[in-house]
Amino acid sequence: MMSDEKQIVKILQGNEACVEGALLAGIRFFAGYPITPASEIAEGMARRLPKIDGKFMQMEDEIASMAAVIGASLAGLKAMTASSGPGICLKQENIGFAAIGEIPCVIVNAQRGGPSTGLPTKPSQGDVMQARWGTHGDHPMIALAPSDVNEILQITVKAVNFSEKYRTPVMLLLDEVIAHMREKVNIPSREQLEIIDRKRTNVKKEEFLPFKADEDMVPPMADFGSGYRYHVTGLVHNEKGYPTSDAEEIDKFLRRLSNKVELNKKDIVIKEEYSLDDAKIAIVAYGSVARAAQRTVKLAREKGIKVGLLKLITLWPFDDDLINQLANQVDLIVVPEMNLGQMFREVQRAAQGKSRIISYSRIDGDLINPIEILEKIEEEMSQ
Amino acid sequence: MKNVIEQYIRKEMFPHIWCPGCGNGIVLGALIRAIHSLGWEKDEIAMVSGIGCSSRITGYVDFNTMNTTHGRALPFATGIKMSNPNLKVIAVMGDGDCAAIGGNHFIHAARRNIDITAIIINNMIYGMTGGQYSPMTPTGKFGSTAPYGNIDQNFDISALAASAGASYVARSSIYNVNQGIRFIKKALNKKGFSVVEILSDCPISYGRMNKLRTPVKMMEWIKSISVPKKTWEKLSVEEKKDKIPMGEFLDICIPEYTEKYKEICAIAQQGGENE
Amino acid sequence: MVPQKDNMKVYQNEETKIIVNEEWCKACGICINYCPKKVLVANEKGYPVAEKIDDCIQCMLCELRCPDFAIRVENRKKVANYNMKDGSLED
Repeated sequence: MMSDEKQIVKILQGNEACVEGALLAGIRFFAGYPITPASEIAEGMARRLPKIDGKFMQMEDEIASMAAVIGASLAGLKAMTASSGPGICLKQENIGFAAIGEIPCVIVNAQRGGPSTGLPTKPSQGDVMQARWGTHGDHPMIALAPSDVNEILQITVKAVNFSEKYRTPVMLLLDEVIAHMREKVNIPSREQLEIIDRKRTNVKKEEFLPFKADEDMVPPMADFGSGYRYHVTGLVHNEKGYPTSDAEEIDKFLRRLSNKVELNKKDIVIKEEYSLDDAKIAIVAYGSVARAAQRTVKLAREKGIKVGLLKLITLWPFDDDLINQLANQVDLIVVPEMNLGQMFREVQRAAQGKSRIISYSRIDGDLINPIEILEKIEEEMSQ
Repeated sequence: MKNVIEQYIRKEMFPHIWCPGCGNGIVLGALIRAIHSLGWEKDEIAMVSGIGCSSRITGYVDFNTMNTTHGRALPFATGIKMSNPNLKVIAVMGDGDCAAIGGNHFIHAARRNIDITAIIINNMIYGMTGGQYSPMTPTGKFGSTAPYGNIDQNFDISALAASAGASYVARSSIYNVNQGIRFIKKALNKKGFSVVEILSDCPISYGRMNKLRTPVKMMEWIKSISVPKKTWEKLSVEEKKDKIPMGEFLDICIPEYTEKYKEICAIAQQGGENE
Repeated sequence: MVPQKDNMKVYQNEETKIIVNEEWCKACGICINYCPKKVLVANEKGYPVAEKIDDCIQCMLCELRCPDFAIRVENRKKVANYNMKDGSLED
C-alpha cells in the first residue's frame, strides 16, 4: 500500500499531536496566550508555523487571541487558538462573534479542574456545558472530544474541517491528561486525509451576498482582499451583512444559524460503539473516561455481564435519536464523567424515561478507572 | 464632475444615523479624502471598528469592513494584517472603546508597531449608550454617570501611544479638518503603528450635559480648547489644564512587525531554532 | 436611500456651483456659521441657502466640515478637484 511509505510513527504528547493535526488540516494562523495545560500547543505552533510561512502570534490576552484568529480567518487563513477554562471564559464574547459572523475557526480547550483558577494541572471534563452555551444568545456550536493521543491528531483535523464546512467556530475539548501524556502516534500524510476548505464564492461581485445560504444552509465565503467587499458585524444582520431590525429577517437568520449545525447533525456526530449489539447495560462516555470505559466493557464481559460502550466523540450537537434508540435497547445507562453530571443531563433528557440513567461523577482531580465504573454498574445492578 | 465621496461610500445606507452636527461624519469625510489622495484600491483596504457611534463608520464605507466587539478592533485588525500583510488595515475607535476596554490592546498594538492606522474619534463621552463619562472626559465635566462632576483624571492617549512604541502619533480636531486630512494621510502612508486622534463632538450627550447644546457651540468649544503644539508648550501648568495640544507628536522610522516576522520565517526555514 | 431630484438644491453663478442635498442635511448649522464670507443663510427648515454665492471663494470649508456630505462646492470654470494639501487642481 502506497500509504505505508508515507506513514511516520512518533511518540508525541497530546498537545503536540494537536499541532500536527492542525497543520495537516491546513491551519496557518495561530494566536494564543500562555495557560496550563495548553501552552505546549502555542509553543509547537511558534516553532512550526514560521517554517511553512504560517503566522504565529502570542497576543496580550485571551480575548485578543480570539479576535486575531477571527480576523485572520476572514483574511483567508485557517486559524486556531488554544486555552483552558479561565481563558475560554474570556474568549466567549468573541466566540459569539465568530458564530454570528459565520467565521470558521477552532478553539482548543485543554480542560483543567474548575471553576476559576481551579486545578490547573489536573484533568477535568467540567467545560462540557460551557462549550455549548458559554457565549450568550441562541447560537450553533460544534464540540469534539478525542480520547487518546492518536485520536487527538485525527479529531483535530475533523474539527478544522467542520469549522470550514459549516462556517462556524468549533471547540476541541482535550482532557488535561491526554493533552499532556505521550503515546505512539501514526502521522498520516496530507494525501491520506480528507481536508475540507470553506466554500468560496465565484459569483459576479455586484451579486455577492455574503450571508445568503446555499441549500446546505451555509453561505459561500470570500476572503478579504479577494475582490468581494462586504461588511461583517456582530449585530443581527441580513444577507448583505448589514444590521437589520426587521422581525422576519431576524427570525429567518437566527434560525438558519442554529439549524445550520442542528439539521446537519448526521454529518457532524462522530461516535464509536463497543459491544453494544447485545448489551443490556450501556456506558455513555467521552474523552479520557471513554478509554477507561473500554476496559470496563472487557472486564464486565469476562464476568458475564453484557455491557457495551457508546463513545461520544462529538459532544455538540447532541444526537437525541442515538440515545433514544440506546435507551430502548438497554435497561441501564451509566454516564461516568469528570464533572457533576453535565452530559448525564443530556442523556437523561434524550432517553425520555425508557431506561434507568445513572450518573457517576469524579471531580477530585484524579482519573476515573475502569474498575470504579464496573463497581458502579454492579452496584446499580443489585438494586 | 466626480463626486469623490460617492466613490467610497455604501450609498444605500445614507443618510447616516449620526445626530445633527456629529463629528463622526466629518472624520469619515476626512478619512475618505485622505484615502482618495493616496490612490489606494478599495479592494486592498480593510477597515475595522469596535462598538459605539464612531464604530458605526465601517458600515458606511465600501471596503472590506468589520464592526467587531467593544474595545477589540485592534486585535481583529492585527489578525487581518498578519494573515494578509498586503491589505491596508485601518482601525477606527471611539474614546471609550479605545482607551477604556480597549486600552490594553492599544498598548500592545503600539508595542508591536504593527502596520495598522488607528483613528481615535475622541468625543470625550460614551455617546451611543447615552452619555456616560469616559477616560477622556475632562476632570470636572459632567456625564450621566458623573452627575456631580467627573473626578477621574483623563489621560493623554497620544502620549500613551508614543511611549508604548508607535511610530506616528498626531492629534487634530473636527474644526481643523484640513490638518486632520493631512495627518490621516501621513498616518495611512506610514509603515508602522500610526495613531491619529481627532477631537470630536457629541452635542446631544456631552453637549447637553456640559452647556454646549448645539453643534455650533460644541464646535466653538473645540476651537477654543485646541492649541497648536508649540503654543501649548509655552503655557503655564494651570493654563494647560483647559487646553489640548494639536499637532504631530511623533514621527519615527522603526522596524514594523510584519516585516520582522518575515525575518523570523527566514531564520526558521534556515534551521535557526534556539536549542 | 438615493436622494430624490427635488431634494437636491443647486445654487450657482458663472464660477461656482453649490449643491445642497436636503435629503441628507440635518440642519446642524455648522456650514452656515463657519463660512468665512457669510455666503450661506438658513431657510425656515434650517437648511443652508447660498444667498450670497457671488462672495464664495471656494474655500471648501463648508463641504469639509459637513458631517453629512450634504453640501458640495464645485468650480464651474475648470472641471477639477481641489487638492487640500498642496492647493493643486487635479482631475
